Amino acid sequence: MSTVIILADFQGGVATKTTAELATVGARMGDVCAVVLAPVGQGAAMAATVKQGPIASIAIVEANDFSEHGVAAVADALAQVAKAKSADALVIASHAFGKEVAGRVAIALESGIITDAVDVASDKVATQLVFGGSTTVHSMVTHGIPVITLRPNSVEADLSASSASTENVSVTISDSSKKSLITSTEPPVKGGRPELTEASIVVSGGRGTNGDFAAVEGFADLLGAAVGASRAATDAGWYPHSHQVGQTGKTVSPQLYVACGISGAIQHRAGMQTSKTIVVVNKDPEAPLFEICDFGVVGDLFAVLPQATTAVAAAKA
Amino acid sequence: MKIAVCVKQVPDSWAEKKMIDSRLDREGVDAVLNDLDEYAVEEALRIVEAHGGNDEGGPHTITIITMGPERASEAVRKALSMGANDAILISDSALAGSDALATSAVLAKTIADGGFDLVVCGTESTDARMSVVPAMLSARLGWAQMTFASKVEVDPGAATISITRVTEAGVDHIKASLPAVVSVVEKINEPRYPSFKGIMAAKKKTIETRDLATVGVTPVSAWSEVKDAALRPARSAGVIVTDSGDGGSALATFLAEKKLI
Repeated sequence: MSTVIILADFQGGVATKTTAELATVGARMGDVCAVVLAPVGQGAAMAATVKQGPIASIAIVEANDFSEHGVAAVADALAQVAKAKSADALVIASHAFGKEVAGRVAIALESGIITDAVDVASDKVATQLVFGGSTTVHSMVTHGIPVITLRPNSVEADLSASSASTENVSVTISDSSKKSLITSTEPPVKGGRPELTEASIVVSGGRGTNGDFAAVEGFADLLGAAVGASRAATDAGWYPHSHQVGQTGKTVSPQLYVACGISGAIQHRAGMQTSKTIVVVNKDPEAPLFEICDFGVVGDLFAVLPQATTAVAAAKA
Repeated sequence: MKIAVCVKQVPDSWAEKKMIDSRLDREGVDAVLNDLDEYAVEEALRIVEAHGGNDEGGPHTITIITMGPERASEAVRKALSMGANDAILISDSALAGSDALATSAVLAKTIADGGFDLVVCGTESTDARMSVVPAMLSARLGWAQMTFASKVEVDPGAATISITRVTEAGVDHIKASLPAVVSVVEKINEPRYPSFKGIMAAKKKTIETRDLATVGVTPVSAWSEVKDAALRPARSAGVIVTDSGDGGSALATFLAEKKLI
């Protein structure tokens, strides 16, 4: 039977749902071995939070190098475990950290890499959505073992209870993986709003806001949504760059995307057109975004949004 | 201090992209300097400007390094007009269709042979969007990985660097000794527009073209392949109403019907 290594994904020492998603995809290709990289003394506690997903075994590696040296040390350890287990594939979460780890692991294992997969089949063929979701691509690794990063929230996780056996594995982190030193770490700043790429609803504002995001934010807060912005709005300094949705910003794929005062240049569509439901509010009936919306209102967002906010609040009450 | 800035020429991010024979069609669209690389060029300029500048005969130089077809020199020219000193364009027909592994191997060899102290990159290219090349460069060179930086401080005298790394996982403060590979996020700075003087000066700057043999890397085909690519069905427009005083209510009704609220 094949062995598929996944890098267990944690937040605050607790396994995330992403870990179960990685296991779900991994189990199609073989027996899943989840690798838990932990500070010294915390391996068992962290492994105990890996409760869900079709995981056959858990390999715990304890070293303080992971929190001190970050990506390089993690990739070093993961590659060593993959070699020791004669892994047939690796699946890692497709966020900034996971993709960098995958890149280094691919070099260490002399293997091909596929990032941002939204699905992986049992024959190790990965599905990717490229060009802002306009094109579906099927790719496969042709050299070494596939190193694949999987986008969070793209597959339905098998959340059945895991009854994995655990073992401790020791590795030696090389000096070249210790070249950078993390001196301090701050957790992500959690505002009152959900993270843009994780939110199930996103309300975005563009040029049409004229810099006034109050109506957009008011509607977003009522819906429990994240706030996004078009490049025109972030370039104008109306909203922080970290909220930019589009080709040069974040790619979002929420259940509901509400675009307010955004015309919908390719640049923006590339970051949101895989959203399940798209609602557009724009004064300009010719705005290209109307062509791909499920529901559109041709009108002034400063009139439409407050009325919608009141009406939704009434419906929720 | 010798700084290398790795850049890429990409299809304009405002243009529609499509695949031809399982590869990105690069011919049919305008090619520009990757937006995110402008922040890398700007940051390199700010680093040298804080420590005596990169004028001829000065203490620091900035070299633009890119891999791509001959016409990638246009993107390089833009980086030079912002203020970089010179450039290396690695161009070889054997590199067409290269993956990130091959790209990083070619760039790393060029950097290692060039005696650089620091490499600055953007976080990703707007075409492939993998954001793995800076980490791969660090791995191949055995240099400190200082990626996703929103703040960079270099002390050329002590040969040290410290950055603030910002990702969805939080904020890390990281320090290292040079040499190092840095990638910078979009919010780190506001890239300058090339001045007329800069544009004129760039025309005289050297772009050295190298083939793979000159670089000293054996061509390797990509270690992954696209089996097939297909346009996803286009979305068609749904219901569009014109606001005549009840547009907001209509919107709320739509959301309620779709059980989205």
